[in-house]
Amino acid sequence: MNTKVTIAGVEFQNPIMEASGTFGSGMEYSEFVDLNQLGAVVTKGVANVPWPGNPTPRIAEVSSGMLNAIGLQNPGVEVFCERDLKFLEQFVDTKVLVNVCGHSAEEYIEVVDRLSSESRVDMLEINISCPNVKEGGIAFGQDPKAVEEITRLVKAHAKQPIVMKLSPNVTDIKVMAKAAEAGGADAISLINTLTGMKIDVERQSFVLANKTGGMSGPAVHPIAVRMVYECANAVRIPIIGMGGIGTWEDAVEMMLAGATAVSVGTANFFNPTATVDILAGVKDYMIRKNIEDINSIIGVVK
Amino acid sequence: MKVKETAKIIESKNLAQGVYSLKIKTTAAKDAIPGQFINIFSKDGSKLLPRPISICEIDKEASTLRVVFRVVGAGTNEFSKLVSGDEVEVMGPLGNGFPLEGEKSIVVGGGIGVPPMLELAKQLPGSVTAVMGYRNDDMFLTEEFTDVAAELIIATDDGSVGVHGTVVDAMNENNLQADVIYACGPKPMLRGVAAYAKEHGIKCYVSMEERMACGVGACLGCVCKSTEVDDHSHVHNKRVCKDGPVFLATEVEL
Repeated sequence: MNTKVTIAGVEFQNPIMEASGTFGSGMEYSEFVDLNQLGAVVTKGVANVPWPGNPTPRIAEVSSGMLNAIGLQNPGVEVFCERDLKFLEQFVDTKVLVNVCGHSAEEYIEVVDRLSSESRVDMLEINISCPNVKEGGIAFGQDPKAVEEITRLVKAHAKQPIVMKLSPNVTDIKVMAKAAEAGGADAISLINTLTGMKIDVERQSFVLANKTGGMSGPAVHPIAVRMVYECANAVRIPIIGMGGIGTWEDAVEMMLAGATAVSVGTANFFNPTATVDILAGVKDYMIRKNIEDINSIIGVVK
Repeated sequence: MKVKETAKIIESKNLAQGVYSLKIKTTAAKDAIPGQFINIFSKDGSKLLPRPISICEIDKEASTLRVVFRVVGAGTNEFSKLVSGDEVEVMGPLGNGFPLEGEKSIVVGGGIGVPPMLELAKQLPGSVTAVMGYRNDDMFLTEEFTDVAAELIIATDDGSVGVHGTVVDAMNENNLQADVIYACGPKPMLRGVAAYAKEHGIKCYVSMEERMACGVGACLGCVCKSTEVDDHSHVHNKRVCKDGPVFLATEVEL
C-alpha cells in the first residue's frame, strides 16, 4: 500500500497533516501523538517579531463548530527557530510546514528570508487569510491582485516551496487560487476559517472580545469540500485541503474532491489523537476498497 | 503518552441548586494534584469543546477524582444528568496545580471556586484556615471543609450564614494572618484577596479562569495578561490551561 504523496517535490509519508494554529509546533500534542506518524507538522503562524494577539475571550463554541480570535499570537521567528524548529528536529519521518504571517509584504519577506537557511523547514505556508488581524492577513487574501503580488514577492525570496493559504471569505475562491498560481505558488491550502460572530443574549454583548472570529469545525466541512473541488478544477498546482476534518471519511472526501493532502484542525481539540486516528481509518479504507496507491483517489469525483 | 479516556461515574450528587458532584473512576487520578483540572467531553457531537472542570478531591488508591461544578450551559447540564455506572470521556490531569507551601495557610474559595480548595486544604502541610463565600445558605462542601481545615469561616452575600459580605470582608473581620493565601473564584474576588495579601505581606496564589479550547497549551485561546514576559510567546500572555491555572497574584493582571 502506498500512502506517500508529493507536493512541489516534497514527499510526505502520508497525506495527513494538522492545521496551523491548532497544534502549536507539535510540542503540546507530542504528549498524545507520535509526531513521526504524521505526514507533516504545520506550525502556528510565525511573524518577524513576537505578536501579543487579541484580548480575551478568544474562544466561543457554536453548534458543531467554534469561533476563535487568537490574533496570531506568536513568539517571532527567532525564538521559533531556536526552540520550535530545534524541537522538531527529532521527528525525522515528518515534514515541517512553517506557517508565515505578517502585517506587510516586508514582514512576510523578513520571516521567509530568516527561514531560508533552516534545513528543518520543508515548505512554507503563507497565511494571507487570517480573519483576526486588521492589517496583512486576510487583507492580502481578498484581492486577486494582492494575492498574485504577495505570492510573487514571497516566491522570489523563498528557498523552500510555498503554499498560499486561501480565505473562504471571498465571492469566488477560484479567482484567488488562480491568482496564487499566476504568482508562482507551488501549492495552495484551503480553507482558512469563515468569519463569524456570536452574541450573548443574556449580556447582550459579543462573546468574543474581537467581536468577530474565525469559524471552524465539522459545520464548515461541506463548504471546504466545495471550495477544494472548485479550486482543484481551476488550477494545476496541488491543494492541501482543510476545514472541519474530524474523521477519516472527511479526509477521504476532501481527497476525492481534489486535495493531495489534508489538514486536521479543530478536531485536535475534541480528539487529541484525531490525526493518527484518521490516518488509520484512511488505511483501512484503502484495504477495504483495494486501493494500492492513495494518489489514485485524488480528485476522482468530477 | 497522555490519553483522552472513557471513564466511569462512581457516584453523582446534587449538592445545592445547580451545583453537582461527580466521582469519576479515571487513570487521571494517578498523577493529579490540587488545583489541576480535567477536560470533560459532551456526548453531543455538536458540542465540540471540552469543559474544563477543576478537581475537588483526589483518591489515588481508588483511582477516582471528584469534581464539583455549577450548571452554566447545555454541556454542564448534560454532565449533571450523569449517574453511577455511566461513562464519560475525560482528559487530564491538566494545568500546573497549587504548590504546597507554608506553615500556616488560608484557602479562599468563592462560589464555584470553592471545590478546588478542598483537596488543597487536605494536602497542605500546615494549619489551614478555609474562607468560603456563597450567595446564600444554599451552600456546598462546608462539612468537608470542617473536617479538613483547622477553621472554616463562611461569608454569604445575603448574610444568611456567617459574615454578611464577601470573603475579603470575612478575612478583614477576622484579621487573618498566614504565610500563604490560595484563592479561586471570580476575578473581583481574586483582586480583593490579592490586595489583602499585598497589604498584609502574604504570598498569594490565585487560580485563573478563561474560555479554553484545547486545554493543553497549543491553541493560545485562554491567555491572561502577565506582568512579566511569558516563556511561550515572549509577550505578556500566560496560558491559563498550561502555565496556570495557578499563578502568583503578582504574576498576573487581575
